[in-house]
Amino acid sequence: MRSQSKSTFIRSVSLHALLIPLAIIWLFPLWMMFIFATMPDYGIFSPGVELLPSTHFFENVSNLQADTNFIRALMISIGVALIYTLLSVLLTSMAGWALARYHFLGKSVVVGIILGTITLPYFVVVIPQFIMVAREFKMANTWAALIVPPLFNSLGVLFMRQSFSMMPAELFDAARVEGVKEWQIFLRIALPLARPTMAALAIILFLASWNNYLWPLLINSRPDMMTAPVALGTLIGLTKVSWGGIMAGAVLLTAPILVIFVLLQRHFIAGIGAGAIK
Amino acid sequence: MQLRNRAAYGFLAPYLLIFAIFWIWPIISSFWMSFQNTRVNPWAFNPGMNWGRLFSDPAFYNALKNTMIILVIQVPVMITLATVIAVLLNSPLLKARGIFRFAFFAPVVVGEVAYAAVFRLMFNLDFGIINKLLNKIGIPSISWFAEAPFAMALLIIAVTWRWAGYNAIIILSGLQSIPEDVYEAATLDRVSKFKQFIYITLPLLRPVILFCVVLSIIGSMQLFTEPFLITNRGGPGGGTETLGLFLYRQGFASLNFGYASAIAYTMAGLAIVISLLNLWLGREPK
Repeated sequence: MRSQSKSTFIRSVSLHALLIPLAIIWLFPLWMMFIFATMPDYGIFSPGVELLPSTHFFENVSNLQADTNFIRALMISIGVALIYTLLSVLLTSMAGWALARYHFLGKSVVVGIILGTITLPYFVVVIPQFIMVAREFKMANTWAALIVPPLFNSLGVLFMRQSFSMMPAELFDAARVEGVKEWQIFLRIALPLARPTMAALAIILFLASWNNYLWPLLINSRPDMMTAPVALGTLIGLTKVSWGGIMAGAVLLTAPILVIFVLLQRHFIAGIGAGAIK
Repeated sequence: MQLRNRAAYGFLAPYLLIFAIFWIWPIISSFWMSFQNTRVNPWAFNPGMNWGRLFSDPAFYNALKNTMIILVIQVPVMITLATVIAVLLNSPLLKARGIFRFAFFAPVVVGEVAYAAVFRLMFNLDFGIINKLLNKIGIPSISWFAEAPFAMALLIIAVTWRWAGYNAIIILSGLQSIPEDVYEAATLDRVSKFKQFIYITLPLLRPVILFCVVLSIIGSMQLFTEPFLITNRGGPGGGTETLGLFLYRQGFASLNFGYASAIAYTMAGLAIVISLLNLWLGREPK
């Protein structure tokens, strides 16, 4: 028994000896992001090694604001991500409900097309999307251009379909016997039961919209309609720009989402894990 | 068909409309565009123009080569790391689990632009923290951005940092779905932990790991933001230009939509071939 606990001890020590350095390496870029964001530019470009925070964060934010209107870009990003998440959860829940609980002509075709095209690279659709939205609809640099095209994402349909199809049929049949309308069954019975799945889906969609770069870069290139990642991206690579400011912007983009991540870690991980396993 | 089943069309219609306009139609449209001369007005059908140019364009082969190098190195390194991280995080002996989970999973939520900015600053030749730390242990500064092999290494490091945790989450949920009693029997038979991992865990994880490999290949195939922002538009001199960046330049800097569509379909073709190859390699042995 003693050798048993001794071997457990050795295994525990080697486990941590492996994992701690790996975790430090993984945390390092995030740590440096916060450090850089608090340092003045001359500090960032100094020859010394600075690993602890300084006090220039708000100065950096105002430097950033002088380089680009980042506060407005943040507001656009927040608005777009919220509206997109709401719309996408609603649309894909309805579609997932239809595909999970009804038999109708063309159902297998719809499911087949969604599954058959889900792994196609986004680059295959981005050019026609751009031509359509910018040239034919003349909707470049609008809120709708940021929100509507990305709604094609079919992840939610599969996610919600899975969730609805696991619910017992008796629940809905009982309501039908009492003459409850189909849309009321969906709104009053099915949606409340699917709440945990919707939460996981909403988090993933919000994150995708918040971090989306290529489409907003292409479609909303006018400075007053840029999202926060696009506005920040335009500064990277310029010479006459405050790097402390860029880092403050990176922190403003990252910190809220990290807080959400810490608070809702279980939903996050459930979302990524479950979506992948099934 | 029962009356109530007609309600399905009402539920499906709004999503299907968006899906048709912004996904299905563009898929068809860009295929058609790849056979058009889009540099004249109106566009003219000219099937050989873009595809002919593609297969004789040294810039295309350069982008293809860079993408393949990144794929071949980055995906195995990252999946191995992700498996190691997942197995270690799954150990019942682990203390302060929350901190470790945060360390590896947090990069998953960090936006591409934010992390690109940090990596660009960290790896700077003269004042970057990485070179300063290398100097401290006696290694001379590396010019990460001026020499192509180092710039490629930097991209691989950056992408691995960002996505290893994501794959670890998937592998971890695969690990947790393996029933305990499989190990109990092996422990009673005095099979070592290491042998249990090789002969029990890995074979059971095979489908999950393969799924991660396919996802990662498709993701790395489309690499755009990292070479665009970290190595400054695929620098030095196209040394880190990927297919995604090459497509962006052709489609949105030169506005040559037909040629960019041909590049897009090449990427799609590669993604499909590699996914099928993986499925074939991963089929259950009969």
